[in-house]
Amino acid sequence: MMANPLRARGGIKPAHHKTESSGQAIRRVPLPARLVVPLRQDSQGTARAIVAVGDKALKGQLIGVPEEARGTAVHAPTSGTVVGIGPYPVPHPSGLDALCVVIEPDGEERQIEHLRLDTARASRDELIAHLQHSGIVGLGGAVFPSHIKLGKGGVDTLVINGAECEPWITCDDRLMREQSGAVLSGARLLARLAGAQRVLIGIEDNKPQAIAAMREATREVVEREAESAVSVSVVSVPARYPAGDARQLIRALTGVEIPYGRRSDAFGIQCFNVGTAHAVHRALDHGEPLTSRIVTVTGNVERPGNYEVLLGTPANELLALCGVRPGTGHVLMGGPMMGFALPRPEVPVVKATNCLIATSQALFPPAEAEQPCIRCGNCARVCPTGLQPFELYWFSRARNLDRVADYHLFDCMECGCCAYVCPAHIPLVDYFRYAKDAIRGRDEERRAADRARARFEFRGFRIEREKAEKAARLAAKAAETRAAQAAAPDGQPDAQALIAAALSRAQAQNGAAAESPPLSPPPES
Amino acid sequence: MTNPPYIHQPVSIRRVMLTVLVALIPGIVAYVYQVGAGILVNLSIATVVALVAEAGVLWLRAKPVWVALTDGSAVVAAWLVALTLPSIVPWWLTVTAILVAIVGVKHLYGGLGQNPFNPAMAAYCTMIVAYPALMSQWPAAGHTDFLPQLHLILGGSRDIDGVTGATALDALRTGLRNSQTVNNVLNNDIFGVVGGRGWEWIALAYLVGGLFLLARRTITWHQPVGFIAGLGLIATVSWLIQPERFASPLFHLASGGAMLASFFIVTDPVSGATTPWGKFIFAFCVGLLAWLIRVFGVYPEGVAFAVLLMNLFVPLIDMKTQPAVFGYRDRKRP
Repeated sequence: MMANPLRARGGIKPAHHKTESSGQAIRRVPLPARLVVPLRQDSQGTARAIVAVGDKALKGQLIGVPEEARGTAVHAPTSGTVVGIGPYPVPHPSGLDALCVVIEPDGEERQIEHLRLDTARASRDELIAHLQHSGIVGLGGAVFPSHIKLGKGGVDTLVINGAECEPWITCDDRLMREQSGAVLSGARLLARLAGAQRVLIGIEDNKPQAIAAMREATREVVEREAESAVSVSVVSVPARYPAGDARQLIRALTGVEIPYGRRSDAFGIQCFNVGTAHAVHRALDHGEPLTSRIVTVTGNVERPGNYEVLLGTPANELLALCGVRPGTGHVLMGGPMMGFALPRPEVPVVKATNCLIATSQALFPPAEAEQPCIRCGNCARVCPTGLQPFELYWFSRARNLDRVADYHLFDCMECGCCAYVCPAHIPLVDYFRYAKDAIRGRDEERRAADRARARFEFRGFRIEREKAEKAARLAAKAAETRAAQAAAPDGQPDAQALIAAALSRAQAQNGAAAESPPLSPPPES
Repeated sequence: MTNPPYIHQPVSIRRVMLTVLVALIPGIVAYVYQVGAGILVNLSIATVVALVAEAGVLWLRAKPVWVALTDGSAVVAAWLVALTLPSIVPWWLTVTAILVAIVGVKHLYGGLGQNPFNPAMAAYCTMIVAYPALMSQWPAAGHTDFLPQLHLILGGSRDIDGVTGATALDALRTGLRNSQTVNNVLNNDIFGVVGGRGWEWIALAYLVGGLFLLARRTITWHQPVGFIAGLGLIATVSWLIQPERFASPLFHLASGGAMLASFFIVTDPVSGATTPWGKFIFAFCVGLLAWLIRVFGVYPEGVAFAVLLMNLFVPLIDMKTQPAVFGYRDRKRP
């Protein structure tokens, strides 16, 4: 099956640099001296540590539990001793530290008893909960918890993303070649959990072996189970960055365009990475929590390739195993289009780490100096979202935030195609990030100002109300006094009547305080 | 530490400008062959003055001189100015035109990428308003003797007999004013197969250069096709209705600056529209206006004024032709 004939808009074809690392089988790496496991391993929140310094942990043992329903569990990647819990450097562009559990491996790799689930019998809710407890998140790089994606249901098409469009990265390619059966098994489980009737596995046409392997696995399943509830198709999509962006891939496979501000399940489609499908298979069919992942190590290294790496392994140790060549600059995590430079070399491998690239001046020449925009429109021609990046740039520079938002700034996924082709070497994506931050900041300020205004207006309302109540009380008192005076024959107020009136007023006031209606602010303007 | 993307296509403004200069070479070669080497003198004067003016203004504006000077944009502007002026205008007219283009139109508006008007066309318009006589003395095709041309360029006495001749558009205009029919006018040896004799080959050479730009993706089809459609459509309709009063579309396309304009002028990204449809509409309207000015206006050639007029509408055109964004193209979906 070929991809949908709808011609994809935009996109670029940079040198793919896949063959450096795709030639050899996935290798395992020796246990490092220590593992630094961040407690934040998904895009939703930080897990709470349930081990203490000095505790022994087995491989796969739960060490962090999610604080809320959206979070995922964190496990010990190997057996050993917890030697520290605290803030450590993590792979994040901000360079800030985050809470981690440090484990010193004992080298024995003693495992926990794996929970054997009967996937055929277990209920959907049970299986989805098990994914959360196994720490399953999107391994394409976004680390969005899979159980949230599956929770809603209402999906008819499951897209499995094997496009892997970024240059240099080959971990999904190798995984599909070597573990096609496991990937397919995970994909079918995901389809069942999502309620999908069909599975579309999209792979870029520059990975013929992966396509062949996945097709072979699919054929075997079809032969084994003649009547399957789920149809599976392996679809070759034209190699073109960013074909692996979920929405771009969904469009290529189904023709449906999902706006960047919307979720795909509203359109009956859900998308998972092949690595995630593999992890789902390991978690549900084997009861193994997610404690390792495939990482492509490539770039300026002697032995580029793909490695099965325990989460928490320091990046610099992994790179050292691959033989970092002299002249290496910073290390990229992710691809060169959307990845980022590691703030420090010793940060750990996490669930989002699909690739580490050692850069050098020769492989990654620094960007040339920025020149003025000549409105050549190349950026608009390559924008997969169909934006006009140069207009966004002009409005961003001018701080014309309303216009930049009108021109769909928030539909920009920051894929970097525009900056890649810009002949003026303008770092367009940087401008867009800046403008997004500025707009968010401004909106936050506006909300704060609105709250302050609401408070201020309510204060005015309250003062007026109290004034009115006081006036009413005084008027009532005056009326009673006048009534008492009128009642007294000699024009002098009757002392008894005055006291009785005061008493009744006090009673009325107490009663009113007890059952006074709750304060209601003035209506929002 | 920098931000992604960490890889970049090996492209630069300089390369874009160099491509444009290369694409102009067929036209220049044809020019020299048909009309004489005088154009080379003007091109040289224009280039030197443009670079000096560019450097001077950059220095006055306290901007980095070298990067901007070597980006090639000044040279492209200089060549386009020189190619739109008659190649035997005195040197000082070329110098003035370049100063208008570089200092006035480009840098007073903020330099590269900021000018709302096409520098070459603005310079041409200024010159034709300021020096109408000099600007209408075009060298005659076939009179390729270099020395008389050089003499005129260096400001010698304007003894122009035997060197200049009416352009095709001029001759047609004068003939029609004198109540001749198109066929009568065209029955003159200054006309060739479809346009001015000799000049039509230069137009063809510009077309070749333009196709090179298209092949290199330096320009897109929208503006050339739009311009040719705009000029060609109105010329065809009028020609079909009154062939004795209106020249054929081929004549219009092969004459004056039509081919230079369709591939090198209306394709200017800075002063032109930028969205796909916007580019087409912009160029289409330039073609339409150019025909109107040629046929009903005061000047025989209307492309330059048409471009400046349409430059004014660029922000509006761009605003109204924004392409639909991913996910918003089909409004029927949920």
